[in-house]
Amino acid sequence: MRRVLALACLILGLISAPARAETDALRSTGNLGVIIERASGSVLIVDRTAHAILDRVEGFGDLSHASVVFSSDARFAFVFGRDGGLTRLDLLTGAITGRVMQAGNSIGGAISDDGALVAVANYKPGGVRVFDADTLEPVASYDTGAKTIGLVDLPGRRFAFTTWDTGETWIADLSAPDLEAVVIEGIGANPYDALLSPDGRSYIAGLFGEDGLTRLDMWDDTPEPQRILPGYGRGEEPLPVYKMPHLEGWAQAGDRFVLPAIGHHEVLWVDAKDFTEAGRTKVHGQPVFAVARPGGRQVWVNFAHPLNDTLQVLDTQSGEVIETLKPGPAVLHMEFSPRGNEVWVSVRDAGVVQVYDTESFELIAELPANDPSGIFFTARAHRLGL
Amino acid sequence: MAEGRVLALALVAIPLVASAEPDPAHLERLVIQDCGSCHGLTRKGGLGPDLRAESLSHWDADGLTEIILDGIPGTAMPPWRPLLTEAEAQWIAQYLLTTE
Ligand code: HEC
Repeated sequence: MRRVLALACLILGLISAPARAETDALRSTGNLGVIIERASGSVLIVDRTAHAILDRVEGFGDLSHASVVFSSDARFAFVFGRDGGLTRLDLLTGAITGRVMQAGNSIGGAISDDGALVAVANYKPGGVRVFDADTLEPVASYDTGAKTIGLVDLPGRRFAFTTWDTGETWIADLSAPDLEAVVIEGIGANPYDALLSPDGRSYIAGLFGEDGLTRLDMWDDTPEPQRILPGYGRGEEPLPVYKMPHLEGWAQAGDRFVLPAIGHHEVLWVDAKDFTEAGRTKVHGQPVFAVARPGGRQVWVNFAHPLNDTLQVLDTQSGEVIETLKPGPAVLHMEFSPRGNEVWVSVRDAGVVQVYDTESFELIAELPANDPSGIFFTARAHRLGL
Repeated sequence: MAEGRVLALALVAIPLVASAEPDPAHLERLVIQDCGSCHGLTRKGGLGPDLRAESLSHWDADGLTEIILDGIPGTAMPPWRPLLTEAEAQWIAQYLLTTE
């Protein structure tokens, strides 16, 4: 359990000290992260500055489509498994410090702004369940009666989430005595995911069943659905979508941000002030993630099956593709170092996680992993709306 | 321009797949990973419904083959005809009906 995997160190030619808690050496968590190994239901704890695997922890159940949030002190990772398991992992000791099976089929989670509550969105039974972050005792349950997606934390101990089947956004207020939720109807046909702007103001749901997206102004007392980029497909026959895009990380650069199109091999640029279209860029395939490098100078895009061996880098000023990389089969996820100098890329079918320098696009490290999917660094602990 | 290139790539890729006999290892991985991204790696369901054998008992292999090739229009179930041959779709239909 608690070994530094030698291979990663060899590749790097580094001597990576086994800086684990049991050595009694002090260490911080600011440069730690986790990688989901979906085939084996295990999680790697990594040191992102040393490019080293510190630990492999097992016992998380079905981790297909797993996601992770961090405690506000960035010591604990909450891992949300597809089978409904919610597991808390201590990054310093590698110990699992809590686990509940909270539903049959879940999709993602969030942690409240004060770090006190962890929420999980579920497909089956559809809705959101909220737990105490310390005890993992249940606190509240919102039964939406539909597959629930796009769960984010909002300022003021609130969560927002949206339903695939019924097109509703719910805003649950966990600071209110009765833990009430407000339901906003008319979000649109089949919202597949949603994201929140870094200021907590714009909640945008992507629609699968309609050409367009829907924005809610969360600074409004009674947010009204505002359709944005309606008809962006311009009546063109949509292409088959072999994997749903994810809306994660607000890829904003200057006065515009980028979103993946659905059914079109394009990313869409949106004016950050008035939410009108500000351009589009043809890309290699159906985009899955379009994530801005911190600072916003570039946007990195990966693609759905069968074009998922490729990554493209867009320059945010010109909107042009400036680099096309071929990391290998099944590029599933990207995670930037907090200041954006490096990006970690999981290449599932090659069984590796690659680290690229974002200035030179050079491959600078490669770590072995068992069907790697999501990569999550502790800097997420300090960001709103993830 | 970019779209033209993508189409050309896809055209090159299809005959490579199409000329081959169904390759069980490849197709099993496709079912687990790529059908799995919507139906769950263990086929218990996700955005798409449960695809375990007992849940599909109301289907015969031909019906399933057709759904796989043509998708279900108006839903998120995509047509796989651009990526799979009929023989491959049939193999997957059999696999779904007979494998836990
Ligand atoms: C992008 C998501 C997605 C992918 C990928 C996908 N499916 Fe589906 N599939 C769906 C959805 C959604 C439905 C339900 C459609 C409806 O509303 O009837 C469905 C329905 C089905 C059904 C009908 C089930 C029933 O009981 O009616 C079958 C069979 C099926 N899919 C097989 C497959 C196979 C085999 C693959 C891989 C080759 C696959 N699907 C890949 C989304 C997907």
